[in-house]
This record gives sequence, C-alpha cells and structure tokens, in this order.
Amino acid sequence: MSPEQIAFNNSEAAFLALFEPKGIVIAGASTHPGKFGFVSLHNVIASGYAGKIFATNLEGVEVLGIKTLPSLEELPQGEADLIFVCTPKSANLDLLRSAARKGIRAAFLTSAGYGEAGEQGQKDEAELVELCKELGLLLVGPNGQGVISTPAKLCAQIVAPYPPAGTIGIASQSGNFVSSFMNWSCATGVGVSRAVSAGNAAATSVGDFLQMYSHDPSTRVGLAYVEGIPDGRGFFDQMKAVALKMPLVVIKGGSTAGGAQAAASHTGSLASDDRTFDGACRQAGVTRAATVEEAFEAAATFATQPLPRGNRVVVMTTAGGWGVVTADAITRDHDLDLIELPSDLRESIDAYLPPRWSGSNPVDLAGGETRDTIPKVLELVASHPQVDAVIYLGIGIQSNQARMLSEGPFADDPDVARIVAYHQRQDARFASAADEISRTTNKPILTATELAVAFGDNAGPATVRGTGRLCYGSADRAVAALGHLWRHSRYRIRRGLPLLDACPAEFLNAGGSSHEAGSD
Amino acid sequence: MILGTSRPLLGDCPRGLYTAKMSRTLSEADSKVFLSEFNIPFAPELLAISADDAVIAAVSVGLPVAVKLCGENISHKTERGLVRLGLSDASSVHEAATELLEAAVPEDHATGVLVAPMVSGGRELIAGLSVDDQFGPTVLIGIGGVLAEAIADVAVRLLPITAVDATEMIEQLHTQGLLEEFRGEPAVDRKAVGDILLALSRLAAEHPEVVSVDINPLIISGGQPVAVDALVEVTS
Repeated sequence: MSPEQIAFNNSEAAFLALFEPKGIVIAGASTHPGKFGFVSLHNVIASGYAGKIFATNLEGVEVLGIKTLPSLEELPQGEADLIFVCTPKSANLDLLRSAARKGIRAAFLTSAGYGEAGEQGQKDEAELVELCKELGLLLVGPNGQGVISTPAKLCAQIVAPYPPAGTIGIASQSGNFVSSFMNWSCATGVGVSRAVSAGNAAATSVGDFLQMYSHDPSTRVGLAYVEGIPDGRGFFDQMKAVALKMPLVVIKGGSTAGGAQAAASHTGSLASDDRTFDGACRQAGVTRAATVEEAFEAAATFATQPLPRGNRVVVMTTAGGWGVVTADAITRDHDLDLIELPSDLRESIDAYLPPRWSGSNPVDLAGGETRDTIPKVLELVASHPQVDAVIYLGIGIQSNQARMLSEGPFADDPDVARIVAYHQRQDARFASAADEISRTTNKPILTATELAVAFGDNAGPATVRGTGRLCYGSADRAVAALGHLWRHSRYRIRRGLPLLDACPAEFLNAGGSSHEAGSD
Repeated sequence: MILGTSRPLLGDCPRGLYTAKMSRTLSEADSKVFLSEFNIPFAPELLAISADDAVIAAVSVGLPVAVKLCGENISHKTERGLVRLGLSDASSVHEAATELLEAAVPEDHATGVLVAPMVSGGRELIAGLSVDDQFGPTVLIGIGGVLAEAIADVAVRLLPITAVDATEMIEQLHTQGLLEEFRGEPAVDRKAVGDILLALSRLAAEHPEVVSVDINPLIISGGQPVAVDALVEVTS
C-alpha cells in the first residue's frame, strides 16, 4: 500500500466515514428477506441509525420502505460517505468508481469470491485493492460480515446482534467472532463502541482497526480475534502501540505446531509459532485469552473496573465452599496473592461478626451476617491499604429463595411477601455497595454468582448489571479476569508507564487516577 | 593443543555442510569463542587434537572431565555417543579421546576433542536465538538438558528485549520450583540468567548473520549459570 493510502486509512476522515457516516448506501438491496441486501438494510433501519439511508437496486423497487436507486448515479452528491456492498463481485469495480465520484470515502464489502477463492479471486482482490487506493477509498473486507458503531447507532451487518452501547472496540478476522463477542455483550450488558469484521482484510487489517480504536475517544478497550498473521513483526509493532494507549485483549485461532523446525537447533523447535505469539503478546502488554468468554470477560472487566495497583486479593463469601475453591483459583494464578488477613483488619471485622467467622482469607461470614454486615465488612476489606482487589461471593442467595416464595402457592401471605421484598432490597443494596465501595476505594471489586446465568433478573446480579458492571458467572471466571487486570497493571508499573483506567470516570473516585486517552 | 579462547572468530572456520537455508553451524569450540565475546559464561575448556593432548588438557582444567568430539556440523553428539562424561583419570581420558577421534566421519570436519571440567549442578536450562518466519529473530529461555523438548517449558520474546522482558521470561517458566533453592543448591541467580538473554539480544543485533544459537545445557552450578554446550548457526 502506498504511504498516502496508509496515511488516509489511518486518518480521522477514513475512521469517521466508516464509523460515523453522515449517510450510508446499501448497494444491492433486495426484497428477499433471506438475502444480505435485505438483512443489512433491515439492520441499519432497525438499529435506529440517524444518518441518511440510501439503497440501490437494479429495478429501483421499494425495499423496507426505502425508495431504492437503480444506480449510484442517482445518489445525491456528498450525502453519504459509507457504502455497504452486497452486490456480486462482477459489479463492484464500476460501483466503487461511481461511489468515489459521489463523495463516498469508505466501502464495506460483503461480497465473496475474492482472496478466499483461489488464484482468480486473489487476482481480483489485488485489482480491488489497487482501485480503492486510486480512488482514496477505505476498503474493508471483502467477504466481511459488517460494521457496528453504537455512538452512531449503526448496525450495518448481515448478521445479528446489535449490542448495547459501551466502550469495547472489537476487530476480528472472523465475522462470527464479532457476533460471539456481541452476544456476550448482550448477555452481560457490558457494551460495545465499535465492531468490525475484517473479512479477507485485503487492505485494512485487524491491527489497522485496533490502531484506529486507540485514537477513538469512544473506545477504551480493544478486543480482537486473529488467525494467520502473515506479517507477525508488523502486527507486533501495531499491538504494542495500541496497548500503550488502551488495554487490548486478543484471542488467536490456529495455534498449531506447524512452525516447528526439524533443524539441529533445539531453540528453533521449541520456539513454536504459538510460543512466539504468546511471548510477543507479553512483550507488547497485550492480554491473551484462550477462550471466547475469557476474552470477552477480560475486556469487560477492563471496561468496568479500576485497575488493581497490586496483586493482594481478599475473597469475601457468605458460604465456605465457594471461598475455598476461589482461594484455590487465586493460588493457581501465580501472579495473584491470596494474602494472609492483616491482624488489624481481622480485628475490625471481629466487631461485626460472631466468633465463628473464618478469621482468615477467604473472609467467610459463616451465616453470621445481620442487616448491615455485608456492606460494612466489604468496606473494611476494600479500604484496607494492604488489599488491592476483592472478590465477593454469595450475592443473590436470599433473592433466589424470594423468587421461589413469590412463585409458590403462599406468595400472597403478607409475611411471605414482606420477606420477599426484604431479600430483594438487601441483595440490591449489596450490589450497589460493591459498586460504590469500588468507586470510593478505586479498587476492583468483582461479584460472582451463577445466579447471573441461572436467573439474571435476581435482584443481586440484576443490580450489579444495573451499575454497569459485570456479574461473573463463576468465581473462577472472576479470578481469571482479575489475573488479566493485574498483569496489565504490572506490565505498566514495571515499565514506568502510567496506569490508565479504561473504565469510565463514573466507576472511579473523582479524586483518583483518571484515564489519559491520547497521552502516550 | 589449542587454547579455546584464542581462536579466530567467524569466517576463519573450515566450511561445513550447507543446510537448505544456506547456513552452517560453527564448531562447538568456535561457537563458544564467539559467544564468550558477549560474556556468556562458559566453563574453561581446551581443544585437544590428539589423545595425548587430551590427557594434558584434562590435568590442566582439572579432573573429572568431559570429552566431546569437536567439529563443524556435529550436532546430536549425545545420540551418536560422541560425548563422554565424568572421566576421572588419565587412562580413561586417553581411551575416550582415542575412541572419539576414531569415530569421526569426514562429514564431521572434526578438529579434535574438547576437554572440559565436569560442571556440577542438578539443574539445566536452555537459552538460544532463532528466527521465526513471521516474527523474525527471537530469544528463548527454558528448562534444558536432554529432556528440553519433551518438557517444553520455555519463554520466547521478539528481539530486542529489555531487562524487564528478560526478568519476565524467567518468571514465566512454569517450573519455578527448579529456580528456587534446590537439593542443597542455592536459588538460581536470575540476574545472571537474564544477563545471558540480554547478551543474546545484543549479539543478534550486532550479528544479523547469526541464524540460531543453542546453549544447552546451561548448567546451574552453585546457583550460577554455566554454559556447557553451545552451537551457533550463521548464514553463509
């Protein structure tokens, strides 16, 4: 690619054309609800996109209430800057020439039959790239599934879903992975700013999108799926630059042993592709995840919790068994420290609990809690100077019983109704307390319960979600996410880099550290 | 007898076999001389061109010794039985050196036998450089010895690395227990191991012709890393 094209692709103008278009054209709109040209137009309309919507259709029929244009020649000059292409490959070169003449600056191509389709397809793809370079068009795809931008309420994609708004920026080599991440976003309520499927990445790669995101004020965390990386070194340099500005979580497919050399060198055979990629991530300060949910939850945690300043973790639980397995999980993560409870903290907790509480970490309340115990003990633990992060277990238990009572045959009994309301109020209070204490202490407090999955409307997890935070489906997943957060902090502390909290200011104490987007 | 540390550097070595990548391996002695220039710590060793010289060398470095056939393109020495360890008297050194020199085939380009004191230490690491097709030059540290590839507990970074990267590479190894106090031996000097990784990083920057370096084993003796075997591969 020419330096000019790289400059344009990295420019604000290209970014805005793709993610904040003032108008969009769906090329190849169709009346058939099964076709890309129908689905994409439908999704753009349904998501509430506020810009101008145009569509082309050879017959100029009406599609979804939009009067289509028989060709781009009828498009008003300068009214659209993104074209979403659902036409067959053969039509595309002429289409893009017309688009550029009409002032369009970015093109998303869903069309298949290019680089993924043998030698002729590769030739056609090269021609496509060459043309877009000539026209000064940002080319995304081909063979991609679409682009999402919640600040613009834009859902230009041939698949579902449209996620809640948030600060996670997604870029993926696989379109279905974009959907996977966004499904998790819908499930957890932790939202997305931008998302794009790079398709064949003929001219714009996952790394290029992440670089754009690192300059985007709406995006605070990067989340990416990559497969084959032809230019590993170039990708590394991009990742390192991005991770300097914001947390970046990457999941890589195809971690094969293909690179192992049968050479005389033991080093060569040990330095496999996957180990090299892994080392590159650690060196660049990139968070590498092994599974989809681990990747999403790491990103969601960056987006909704302050960064830990150290690795000293305390578990607070209302039941013994959960605390034990959580302690095991923390101990298995060699980077986290399940601290011995400081004696002054133990003594201050003593004042609020009967003597049967554990007296150690995990802080097991052992059923000794009264009305205000949980918020009080949580505050004591989180505000202790030798504690950097807290995992809180046991929220929602009483509301779970309340649900059963309220659905049962005695729901109308006034005593039953009263206890149902009390339990729900209490669990909501505990969730709010976890949120507030995290904010006043600037320390991560992660709340975990399978009730988040089993009964998402339980007052506990529902209130956690209402505070904008993630309620983890299990303590292990909370520990995994916390481990990623701490390693990110540690990477920066060790290298003298400032800790940049990616979560929005409302998750932080106003007097605490702040996000410094834009500073290097 | 030729003193290992006074040999000329790269370029003066006899030409060996070429691999498909048009690279060649320096002899063990030349590899060590080259790496010593970057302060990679080696046990003192001598190159002997005859069995009689080997005995003199053994007495000079101190018994017990290891005797190894030395030449270009001798890799997999252990598998071929070209390494004799723990030789504790003159006659066993003489016998071993004689056998090894007789076992050499022309392709080995044997230049003699290396006589080195036995380095005592129960722990072995591996350190090295290699070039990845996608990511370019990399440095590696791992649990070493003959089981290195089976255990595969390693950390890799792209070059160049910083001191913090080196520290984190050592920290990344799963078998941390091996790096702590171990069977009466002190904990591994992590700084000294990190310095070797930084030295390899510098070496790669100054010598782009180096395709790979294999230091295996890097024996931990009294907590200090001592390189015992090394191979350097360079482009031709």
